[in-house]
Amino acid sequence: MTAANADKPIITLDNVTRSFGAVQALRGVSAEIREGEFFSLLGPSGCGKTTLLRMIAGFDEPTTGTITLDGKPMAGIAANHRPTNMVFQSYAIFPHLSVGDNVGYGLKKKRLPKAEYDREVEEALEMVSLGGYGPRAAHTLSGGQRQRVALARALIMRPKVILLDEPLSALDKKLREQMQIELRRLQRSVGITFILVTHDQEEALIMSDRIAVMFDGQIAQLDSPEALYRKPNTQRVASFIGVMNFLEAKASGEKGDKISLDIQALGKLDIPASALPAGMKSSEITRVGVRPEMMSIVLEGAKSTGHEIDAEIAESEYYGDMTYYLVSLPGKDEPVTISMRNTAGRAVLEPGSKTRVSFSPESIVVFR
Amino acid sequence: MSIDAQNEGRKGLLLVSPTFAYAILLLAAPLILVILFSFWTQDYLDLDTTPTLANYKEAWTAPLYRELMLRSLRISVLVTTVTVLSAFPVAYYVSFRVKERKALWLFLITAPFWTSYLLRVFLWKVILGYNGVFNSALLWAGIIDEPLQFILYNVNAVVITLAHAWAPFAILPIFVALEKIDRSLLEAAEDLGDGPVRRFFRITLPLAIPGVMAATLIVLIPTVGDFITPRLVGGTEGLMISNMIQVQFGKANNAPLGAALAVSSMFIVGGLSLLIFLASRRVGRVAED
Repeated sequence: MTAANADKPIITLDNVTRSFGAVQALRGVSAEIREGEFFSLLGPSGCGKTTLLRMIAGFDEPTTGTITLDGKPMAGIAANHRPTNMVFQSYAIFPHLSVGDNVGYGLKKKRLPKAEYDREVEEALEMVSLGGYGPRAAHTLSGGQRQRVALARALIMRPKVILLDEPLSALDKKLREQMQIELRRLQRSVGITFILVTHDQEEALIMSDRIAVMFDGQIAQLDSPEALYRKPNTQRVASFIGVMNFLEAKASGEKGDKISLDIQALGKLDIPASALPAGMKSSEITRVGVRPEMMSIVLEGAKSTGHEIDAEIAESEYYGDMTYYLVSLPGKDEPVTISMRNTAGRAVLEPGSKTRVSFSPESIVVFR
Repeated sequence: MSIDAQNEGRKGLLLVSPTFAYAILLLAAPLILVILFSFWTQDYLDLDTTPTLANYKEAWTAPLYRELMLRSLRISVLVTTVTVLSAFPVAYYVSFRVKERKALWLFLITAPFWTSYLLRVFLWKVILGYNGVFNSALLWAGIIDEPLQFILYNVNAVVITLAHAWAPFAILPIFVALEKIDRSLLEAAEDLGDGPVRRFFRITLPLAIPGVMAATLIVLIPTVGDFITPRLVGGTEGLMISNMIQVQFGKANNAPLGAALAVSSMFIVGGLSLLIFLASRRVGRVAED
């Protein structure tokens, strides 16, 4: 994203709703998608993210509300007249055409001279590292290659926006991780706005400039990956993105830029007032959260940070680079999750071990 | 293990043999007999079994037989064209537009089969006849002053009757081919700039070609040899090769010539089907260019 167009909206969604009979798939979505950004719609299945994407593409119309694309209202404009191109979940590679003709499908209408057409197709194929694949039959491609062809087919149109409908969900884990990075790099180099629909929070965090988390046909939070992870504004967003430990809490007073909290299991604690979501009073606090990596198990010889409590290891899950512990804290029935990096010389603790847990007040997340 | 395998093999043979015997008895045997007959000569009441090509020579050179064969091909190509062209929209409608109760639609398409073929041919006679439904309606409406005569006992009547009789056989394979088209391909084509018409010719039609080909062959092959319809509604100018084959085996008492005509027409239809098959494969491949 360059500074010049950083805040220029390419798509404006204004109170978009969509009903299918009695079912409300979208209940008023408003958002601005900026030119040149990698934007993700993240949510569980049935949250309306695909419906929203299909409306932007022109395969569906909002029941109420408006979609503005590049300054033009999109109502009544069919998909074939919109400056968007889609990468379908099934890739939708035309089985009767060669790889080259699949990629050049949308160019045919322009009636370019053959040499120019061939050159453009080859360029698009090279962009997705499939140079020289043009003459091959579409059915000889592997899953990952089909995905690249679908992408090249969209890129060659030089659209304002490329829409990706769960494009990586059919690939195996290794290939998926590789494609995430490649897609991200490609998006930066071409500078086209990408809108990705995904249910995979990790994928959204890795690839996006901004993420809209959707539940039940509404955007629950729209933020950068880091802001979403560090300051999720509801418990639902917090538990959808990563792992979050929830603790009962009550404010006991305010002094200056600190709020005094009485938190279950952690005890009395002063947190920065900036942790409070905008427009919320400290008296409204009922629950707070702590990420697993924001707490740590105090190993022998470590320096105390000031906030420490007694704990007992209930279970441990060894992941190689990390160990996830389920830790019982006094005053809380369910154990909390704490993750520890397995650095050199750090032992994995056995269930039943008595230990101490440290945390910092800055890591406490307050929910609306 | 090997005893089990032997048992299995014997069981399989036992299971398949009734069908196999049936096929040999009722298909292969008569076919071989017809081929044998075609090399013999009818000698009034006896058959001269000295092999000869005389029957084939007559079948391929006599103007009458050639004319009948060509007419049969012309009529069946016409019937096939009319049937497939009118079946396509029906199949398309049921596949793409009907959202619920597709099965009911398919069931209704087979409705003509609930009565016998012969009855349906007679029905067309009633509709198309001199005092038939069609003429009466036009007379009543004042569109014509006297009954139209060109609609029955000629090629038109044969085409109409056969096209109606074979319509379901054309609709079903085309419908199946259309159903198999992944709908996201159509969305992708639209997304890449195609309007409905371009999309139809670039995606829907090329992908429906296997069904259209099947429909063409299914209608073409049996209509070349149809003899009830031309006999009942075709008049004299609507008679086809199978009517002549029937005559040769019956009244004319020249079974060997009839057999030679039958074998010849079998080869012509076989050759034609092969040509259509090969042509349609090429059409499928070059549809894009």
